[in-house]
Amino acid sequence: MTGSRHWRNQRISAVALVPLGVWFLYALLSRPDLAHASVVAWLADPWQAGLMLLFGWCALWHSAQGIQVVVDDYVPAQLHGRARLASRLLHAALALILAAAIGVIAMAGNT
Amino acid sequence: MDLREKPAARPLSPHLQVYRLAFTTVLSGMHRITGLLLSAGSVVLVAWLAAAAGGPESYGAIGSVLASWPVRILLAGTLAVFWYHLFNGIRHLVWDAGFGFDMRAARGSGALVVLFAALAFGATLALTPGWRWLVGDP
Repeated sequence: MTGSRHWRNQRISAVALVPLGVWFLYALLSRPDLAHASVVAWLADPWQAGLMLLFGWCALWHSAQGIQVVVDDYVPAQLHGRARLASRLLHAALALILAAAIGVIAMAGNT
Repeated sequence: MDLREKPAARPLSPHLQVYRLAFTTVLSGMHRITGLLLSAGSVVLVAWLAAAAGGPESYGAIGSVLASWPVRILLAGTLAVFWYHLFNGIRHLVWDAGFGFDMRAARGSGALVVLFAALAFGATLALTPGWRWLVGDP
């Protein structure tokens, strides 16, 4: 990916995360409790589950972009490629687990 | 050494020691550090949701870790870091749009970011039922 595309994508995820991040914190902490049943009931609503997935994916995308910049700045050339790859794989794995978890919770809340 | 084995010469960031620390320098470094801490926080978020997907038993197991005092303090720290990174991120976006570059504006917006982050952090701790529940306030 070119540097300017990376720069632009990082701004896209940043702009998206301003409202999504505030929404996430509000949705999470405005609940009277965070017991299991309460979290399941929250994510049983498809809109809430969808927003949660959107927030989680934007946050992980932004995290991958940020860590890539840190790797570019500090990791010496011999390890640079491997460090970049490791970060990408880790973020992709987290994004998959996140989607699967939200899906399972949403289905559990609707049965 | 064979030149073909030599890794591509890529510029690395200069060593931090060559700079005199200024307020704006500290804020800039904090943006990167808080970003890395939030990356770690995202792993906790995914683990928490995965535990919730696993059912009440696995959720209870992660819950007892998250509600322990050392982790409560870490979570409060993550909350502070979240607000700082969010407000300073907005400051960065304003710079990207081409505003606020002179030293006076950069120092002033930096002070505002610290103020807003502190206020938002305090309000989140004091006013949200979810946080009160987590720290066991009846």
